[in-house]
Order: sequence, then structure tokens, then C-alpha cells
Amino acid sequence: MDWHILGQQLVNGLTLGSIYGLIAIGYTMVYGIIGMINFAHGDVYMISAYLTAISLAVLSAFGVESVPFAIVVTLGLTMFITGVYGWSIERVAYRPLRGSTRLAPLISAIGISLLLQNYVQVAQGARNQGIPSLIDGVFRVGNDKDFVQMTHVQLLIVIASFGAMAGLTWLIQRTSLGRQCRATQQDRHMAEILGINTDRIISTVFVIGAAMAAIAGTLVTLNYGSFDFFVGFVTGIKAFTAAVLGGIGSLPGAMLGGILLGLFESLFSGFVNTDYKDVFSFSVLVLVLIFRPSGLLGRPEVEKV
Amino acid sequence: MDPRNLLEVRNLTMRFGGIVANNDVSFDVAQGSITALIGPNGAGKTTVFNCLTGFYRASEGTIHLAGDQGCAPLEVGGLLSKPLIGGSYLVARAGIARTFQNIRLFREMSVVENLLVAQHNHLDRNLLSGALGLRRYRQAERDGIERAFHWLRVMDLEEDANRLAGELPYGRQRRLEIARAMCTGPRLVCLDEPAAGLNPREKADLAERIQHLRNEHRVTVLLIEHDMSLVMGISEHIVVLDHGEVIAAGDPQEVKNSPAVITAYLGADDDEEGAA
Repeated sequence: MDWHILGQQLVNGLTLGSIYGLIAIGYTMVYGIIGMINFAHGDVYMISAYLTAISLAVLSAFGVESVPFAIVVTLGLTMFITGVYGWSIERVAYRPLRGSTRLAPLISAIGISLLLQNYVQVAQGARNQGIPSLIDGVFRVGNDKDFVQMTHVQLLIVIASFGAMAGLTWLIQRTSLGRQCRATQQDRHMAEILGINTDRIISTVFVIGAAMAAIAGTLVTLNYGSFDFFVGFVTGIKAFTAAVLGGIGSLPGAMLGGILLGLFESLFSGFVNTDYKDVFSFSVLVLVLIFRPSGLLGRPEVEKV
Repeated sequence: MDPRNLLEVRNLTMRFGGIVANNDVSFDVAQGSITALIGPNGAGKTTVFNCLTGFYRASEGTIHLAGDQGCAPLEVGGLLSKPLIGGSYLVARAGIARTFQNIRLFREMSVVENLLVAQHNHLDRNLLSGALGLRRYRQAERDGIERAFHWLRVMDLEEDANRLAGELPYGRQRRLEIARAMCTGPRLVCLDEPAAGLNPREKADLAERIQHLRNEHRVTVLLIEHDMSLVMGISEHIVVLDHGEVIAAGDPQEVKNSPAVITAYLGADDDEEGAA
């Protein structure tokens, strides 16, 4: 066993897993509140990658030189605009279909997903886009030949993701908005009868999910630097796998599922085979669905009478 | 509408496809009264409740709620179809609260949270001020908790405040549902079979509490109930439904002696029906 490879893959897995966790939050919250899988969520993430690049380009054109300042402004801007995307998608594509069959919004979601991909392809071009690396520097442990390293960007990803998840947990558990979200999730009609504007709560959940995806999009773009109009697809499905693994509908489940899936995937590519890592991840999805459909932290669904 | 009435239902008809659940139902609920809605199973009582609380949009007819403090009366159907912001949550904010026949608490939330979530009208719901921990927000939260504990004391549930609602014994869940309805600050509270599944001692206790709510907390009560001794004991006005139509209305004595009601409940002999 090469310990440095193990260490390195754990670091990589943690980084990847935090990203999956952030995106999985969007899937799990939307599923929890209206019981639909928002297949356009991965593409919302893709939009945020483009917004990051655009925002950074505009800031540098205005002569902003401080990297931390540029990143903070970009993050805020991307979260805001992506949130507007999330809100509009729910308003235009899902709300009119509420109360119809369960499949209708699902198909509408696939439509929105295709729409976003093609719109970005037309507007931004089909080629790979990229941004220069903004944050250099690594922490390194070990000798010259065998070492474990964590780049500063990876550290930023882990810290920002955990910060966002902690903030969201606080919001859901402690504030009056969070209480309303939980009530709406448990029994929407009852929440409505108690005077909660559930349509607004559902919109808020879409905005929160999109903003979390935007944090992921910005961080990944800072890390890898390159993206295209199709990145949302695979990442989205992986995050969905993470949400199912953790128990779809459960917020801590999404975070845990994300981190576990990231770790599994990294360890698999480190010790078994890199080419088959996607196959491995989706096998996890299949196995979870067969043996524990309610996920690690989810509850089996009780049919409501 | 008559100023003595809190609620006026006129010609309410509710159809589900070809099935007529309520046909031309009209009745009044006087301010500060305890009014009961009774009738055999399947008479359409719960459908009336669902229309009153905005769960359903009535096919025909109007439901008027007297305005608060001299405001114009509100029409429930109008609140539902209000453009852009319409919805049944507006009915709750207008002052109608209800409980359910099959208890519908937020089982995964604590007892206190169940009561806090019902106070949407009072709590500051601005997310930003919550995130910044502003004084006004914290004050609103404290007021909310105080109001929640007030109703817990009234309903004698104080020691359960931090338990999960789903863990409570059945009788306490029923009381919690009433406390939660009261937390919305209603003028009319609609109780759907509040005594279902309670033992005789709990029933007597419930009757006392309902009267207490009306006498001390000035809320008008409309209840659906099958337990006749409870209904006859506490209500001032009774509306009887059968096959979706009002067959009698009046005070307990009148209703008890009405031939139509006796026929509906006990059935009529074939000869009698022929004679009539």
C-alpha cells in the first residue's frame, strides 16, 4: 500500500466530495419539498461556471488586481444571478405544472436542461472555455518523491463548502424561514392552512439550491479553470447519486452522501482504475437503490393517506 | 352581511365531477358563538370545512367572513383566486384556523416549533434581519415563544414543549392541534371531530376547554362532531347536513326534536316514507 497515494486520494476525495455535497443540496431540498427531481439543477451549476468566468473577466477589465476581492465579488454575483435562474426556472417551468401528474414537471425539467445547454452553446460557443489560475501555492507533506499535497484552492473549496453547509444548516434549523421550509416539506397543505405562503417557500428553496450550486460552480472553476456547456450533466448526475446515497430529502444526508461519494470515487481511481471511476460511481447509485432505497440518513417513505 | 354574524355561507355547492358533495348549503355562524355542524357519515361536513378554509374552491356560492375591526367582509373564494398572490394561506391570515379529523401535526418538529410555525402573521419573516441577528428579529422570536407557551399553558401541554410532536400520546396531539390553530390568531376556529378517539373523561375535559376558548379568548368556534352529548352540551346553534344539504338548523332542542333529523339519523320505516 502506498500511503502517500492513499493520503493524496483522501485529500482529492474530500475536495471533490464537498463539491458533490453542495450540488446535492439542491436536489435533496427540492425533492424534499415538492417531491420532484430537478434535472435542470446540473445545468444551473454549469451556468454558474460561465458566470464566474464572465465576472472575473469583467473585474480584471476594470483593473481589479486584488485576487481575494475579485473572488468574493465573483462569488456573490454568481450566487445572486444563479439564484435568479433557479427562481425563474421554478416559476416558468414547474409551478404551472404543480397539481398535474408527477411526471409532467420531470419532463419539463429535462426540457429546461436541454434549453440551458443549447442556450449557453449558442451564446458562448461550443468550445472549451477557461480562466487562468488565480490562486497558486500548495501545502506539501513528505519527501521529494513520495508526498501528499493540498493546493490552496483545494483548501478554499473544503473551507467554503463546509462553511456554506454549516450556514445552511443553521438557516434551516434555527430561523423562522427554516421552520417554514421544514413545515412545508412535512405537510404542504397544512402549512398553507397555517398561513404560510408555500409558493414563496418553494421559490426560496429553489433559490437556495441554485446559490449552493453557484458556490460549487465558482470553486470548481477556480480549481480546474476549464469548462464547457456540457459540464453540468455528469456532475449533476453524480451529485444526484450523492443525494440518493445520503437519503434523498435529507439535508445532512446530501452533505454526507456527497463527501462519501467523492472519497469512494477518488480511492477507486487511485487504487483501481481511473477510466472506470464514473462506472463505479453509478454502480454505487444502483447498489443503493437496490439495497437501501431510502439512503443512509433517509427515512422510508410512508404513503400519506 | 348581518353584523351579528362572523361567517355567512350562501348557496355553497361543491361538485367533484358528477358527485355533488354539497348542494346549496347556507348557514350563519354568529359572532362569539359555538356552532356545530352535524350529520350522518358522508353528509358533506368535512367538504364544507374544506371550502371554508380554502382547501377547496367552492363550485358555486359564497362564503363571507366579517372584516376585522370594521373592515369590509372578505370572500373566501376571492382570496383563493386573487391574481399572483392568491392562495389558501390568505384564508388563514384573514382569521380562519382549523384542525383535522386525522391529526396533521408536523410530526418531525418539536411541540414548540409546531406552534412557532403557525405564527407567521406575527413573526418578522425577513431573512436578512434574521441572518444579521437584529434586535427586532430576536424580539419577534421571543414574543413568538412567549405566545407559544401561553397556548401550551392554556392547553396544559407545557411539560411537552421540547418533545417531538409525533411522540405525544393521542389525546395530547389533539390538544396540540387546537393550540396550534389558536397560534395563528384566528377569529373563527374550525374543529373537525375534536373528540374522535378520546375517552369519556378526555371528552368532558375537551368540552370544558372549547367553552373556555370561547369565553376567555373570544374566539368563535365551529365544530364537526359525532358525539351528541358533547354537541348538545356546548353548542348554541346546530346545523344538520344530510346528503350534502342542510336539513335542519336551530338550537339544540329544536334540532333534537326535528323529524327530518330523526329520520336522517335513524332511518324511516318504509311505510312512513310512503306516507310522507
